[in-house]
Amino acid sequence: MRTREAARLRPLPLAVAVLVLLAAMLAALLVGPAGLPAAGVVKALADRLPFVHVDSGLAAVDRNVLFELRLPRVLLGAVVGGLLAVAGAGYQGVFRNPLADPYLLGAAAGAGVGATLVIVVLSDRPTPAVPLASFAGALGGVALAYGLGSTAGRGGSGTATLVLAGVAVSSFLASVQAFLQQAKAEELQRIYSWILGGLGLADWPTLAMIAPYAAVAVVTLLLHGRLLDVLSVGDEEAASLGLSAARVRLTVLAAASLATACAVAVSGLIGFVGVVVPHVVRRLAGGSYRIVLPLSLLGGAAFLTVADLVGRTIVAPGELPLGVVTAFVGGPFFVLVLRAVRGRAEP
Amino acid sequence: MSVSVRGLDVDLEGRPVLRGVSLEVPAGAWTAVIGPNGAGKSTLLRAVLGLVRPRGGAVRVAGEDPWSLTPRRRARLVAYAPQNPNLPPGMTVFDYTLLGRSPYIPLLGRESARDRAVAAQALDRLDLTGLAGRPLDRLSGGERQRVVLARALAQQAPVLALDEPTTALDIGHQQQVMDLVERLRRDDGLTVLTTIHDLTLAGQYADALVLLSGGRVAASGPPGEVLTAEAVGAHFGARVHVAPGPDGRPVLSLERSRGEGR
Repeated sequence: MRTREAARLRPLPLAVAVLVLLAAMLAALLVGPAGLPAAGVVKALADRLPFVHVDSGLAAVDRNVLFELRLPRVLLGAVVGGLLAVAGAGYQGVFRNPLADPYLLGAAAGAGVGATLVIVVLSDRPTPAVPLASFAGALGGVALAYGLGSTAGRGGSGTATLVLAGVAVSSFLASVQAFLQQAKAEELQRIYSWILGGLGLADWPTLAMIAPYAAVAVVTLLLHGRLLDVLSVGDEEAASLGLSAARVRLTVLAAASLATACAVAVSGLIGFVGVVVPHVVRRLAGGSYRIVLPLSLLGGAAFLTVADLVGRTIVAPGELPLGVVTAFVGGPFFVLVLRAVRGRAEP
Repeated sequence: MSVSVRGLDVDLEGRPVLRGVSLEVPAGAWTAVIGPNGAGKSTLLRAVLGLVRPRGGAVRVAGEDPWSLTPRRRARLVAYAPQNPNLPPGMTVFDYTLLGRSPYIPLLGRESARDRAVAAQALDRLDLTGLAGRPLDRLSGGERQRVVLARALAQQAPVLALDEPTTALDIGHQQQVMDLVERLRRDDGLTVLTTIHDLTLAGQYADALVLLSGGRVAASGPPGEVLTAEAVGAHFGARVHVAPGPDGRPVLSLERSRGEGR
């Protein structure tokens, strides 16, 4: 009987999400300045699978476009979108607030400081250090907010102080970033384009760089779905149900922040994915984190793949910054969500 | 499984809340903690649940100190129904009841068929089977209270700690909830510790009452000894008339202040 089963991810929504993602990725592989034949692309991809040998009929140039330009970019877009959405869902579970976003605790501002610092200091060279600095900056920002929040909130209620610490750290780091940026106005263009977010860095080494951290973060988050459901009754009740709320919160925050840092490191600041996608999932498939986490991962991947496709085709041969596209969709959506949530009983 | 509290001192944020509190709840008995607002009733309950750290004295649940137990062991010993439970909107009654199985489910694992069966049985005993698929935000006050009891029941703990189980319920639902708790106590041999505002209700159901006032035990014992007009006047500042009911348990009625409103 259906009512006697616990909320968990059922095969149908999972299959739908996977199909949507695959369709989005295929579309993104096919569309671009160099027109690639659909059949050839599919055959060339199949040829790369183990034990499969197909002659794609693609010219060497086309194969290069496919495997060195489009595929890494599509994969990176999917990875970044999935990471941001699953991290957002994790933050929402920890803070028991559907509007929490992966940048809530200073990840964005921290990454901004890191990236700006590297761009300003090492200005005359192309800088592979930017991703590294953003990564470190994002984690540093969150760690600072967490440290500050748990010192200030000792003995009091945890999450409210933590959010306030996140706000304080974010504005402090944003001012540091603005100061650094001011010091070297000629780099404004590069800093600005990093802040707007994009997948211009996409190549295989970039993907390989974040893969291990992303994998650890995602697996950790997906394993915590049930525990986040328990945490949704609040710290004290969760404790009476045998859960160590502080430990679950720290683990999920660490994993979600690691996921955010990976995304920020390779794509700059891309807003709204982390809020919008988990919301759509909740609306369509249910509110249990055992459903929201995995479907946000897939949905976020599909969403950002499509957003990047739109961003690079709508003004071709130019490119809209990815952050602009997601915010253009996300902004109005955010208002809709706020309107729908208002009036519902909030604790 | 008995509950024993001896000489308990608790401070919250540096402020003394409980001082020298002692009480004994024998296994399978029902003890109600009464007292005016701010007397420390809920804090006493939370100390028994191991959710606050005592400053001094001792709490023993089935011979163990709940504060020093791991949360999972503690949750298998005492189940808790809070005064203002958080009911996540959208979560179904069944999933909420299943939360009671948390202390038995492996940390990163999932619930077993047995966990689901226990949750279904808890719903069945509280006549909630028909509501299993309903979201929590679409329940009436009485249903909500029963669902919280179902979650506590699914926890299969020998001690039940209830914080104001009848607040915000009308008189019929108050009786229904208290009868339910009494039935569960009798059938499963549960030890029940509850805080409760309504003194007559407390006197009707509990075997023993503990009157807390200003963080100290002002009186304790059988309802007839604790619920006297003098004690209620001294600690609640209320004028009441106390008379034995049909079964000998005390029934309180408020007396209107003389000379006012005439």
